[in-house]
Amino acid sequence: MGKFNKSGGREMPALNTASLPDMIFAILFFFMVTTTMREVTLMVKFRVPDASEIQKLEKKSLVTYIYMGQPIDTKFGTGTFMQLNDKFAEVEDIHDYIAQERNMLNEQDQQYMTVSLKVDEDTQMRYVTEVKQALRRAYALKISYSARKRDN
Amino acid sequence: MANKRKKVPDVNTSSTADIAFLLLIFFLVTSSMDTDSGLARRLPPPPQDETQLSEIKVQRRNLLVVLVNSLNQTMVGDEHYDNLNQMQGKTGKQSLKDKVKEFVVNPNNSEDLPELFEEDFGPPVGTLRVTKDHVISLQNDNTTSYKTYLAVQNELVKAYNELRNEAAKRYYNRPYEELLTDEKDLINKVYPQRISEAEPKDYGGKKK
Repeated sequence: MGKFNKSGGREMPALNTASLPDMIFAILFFFMVTTTMREVTLMVKFRVPDASEIQKLEKKSLVTYIYMGQPIDTKFGTGTFMQLNDKFAEVEDIHDYIAQERNMLNEQDQQYMTVSLKVDEDTQMRYVTEVKQALRRAYALKISYSARKRDN
Repeated sequence: MANKRKKVPDVNTSSTADIAFLLLIFFLVTSSMDTDSGLARRLPPPPQDETQLSEIKVQRRNLLVVLVNSLNQTMVGDEHYDNLNQMQGKTGKQSLKDKVKEFVVNPNNSEDLPELFEEDFGPPVGTLRVTKDHVISLQNDNTTSYKTYLAVQNELVKAYNELRNEAAKRYYNRPYEELLTDEKDLINKVYPQRISEAEPKDYGGKKK
């Protein structure tokens, strides 16, 4: 019974790494499916306030973002700036921006478009109110005040 | 037989793992996992003309005004809150949330709180007396900080969520989140969220 003789020495067999690439690919595909690419470079810094009654925004493709806060590059000053896509913008630009974003969606999805306001917690309400009024005029009525999760 | 012995040599696959790792790290770096979340709200449609603004009249008792001033103090009815802890009722004052709940439900059919109307919601809720005309009006100053504003909004939404949750437990014996969509709709009809974010006002003659 050659099977049982121990003549071959007692070396550790090498670990079979043939399936390692498959495992890594599985992880890779997981990340590719679950993530979205960062689409804008942020030019304002903001810390969103926290709230307890928040809801998750389900479909990312239906969400349009408006960022407000102090510019990261201090040569622009320290006031409150608004960022749409990749550049600073004024309140008047919101109307065109919303129209443009809405046109990119399917016709039946347009009613579900949500605008997520990512606003720094130290912002004065006057800026937020202006933006809200502009959104109303642009008929983007579904909005979400972006916030972090807080218990209680 | 000689044919079989002459195998094509295997491609060396030991570096596939490295290539996959590189791709993995690339996606890890470029992607953002965080799902965005926030307080969902619905803005009223834009006013068609100026006259429409003044036409909407609400009876005094049906209106709860929540004011947030420039010092981030909140006033509701005869109660005022200097900071967030007071608003959440941690200091012994009646919290904003409880105040809103009392306003929406009007349990004792009080004269100062919104009018109760009997309405048939169908099974399993049946006929119920609800304050269907109540409005919570949230007003803020131009210099109110966004943080406080959102904290107040959060408390208002929380009041509604708790009321709905209680109703869901009462009629379906399940928490609100576990209800089906049409069951949720029914509960939402019993406690409709009626928060009005008022037209902006300038208090104290600040110039824009």
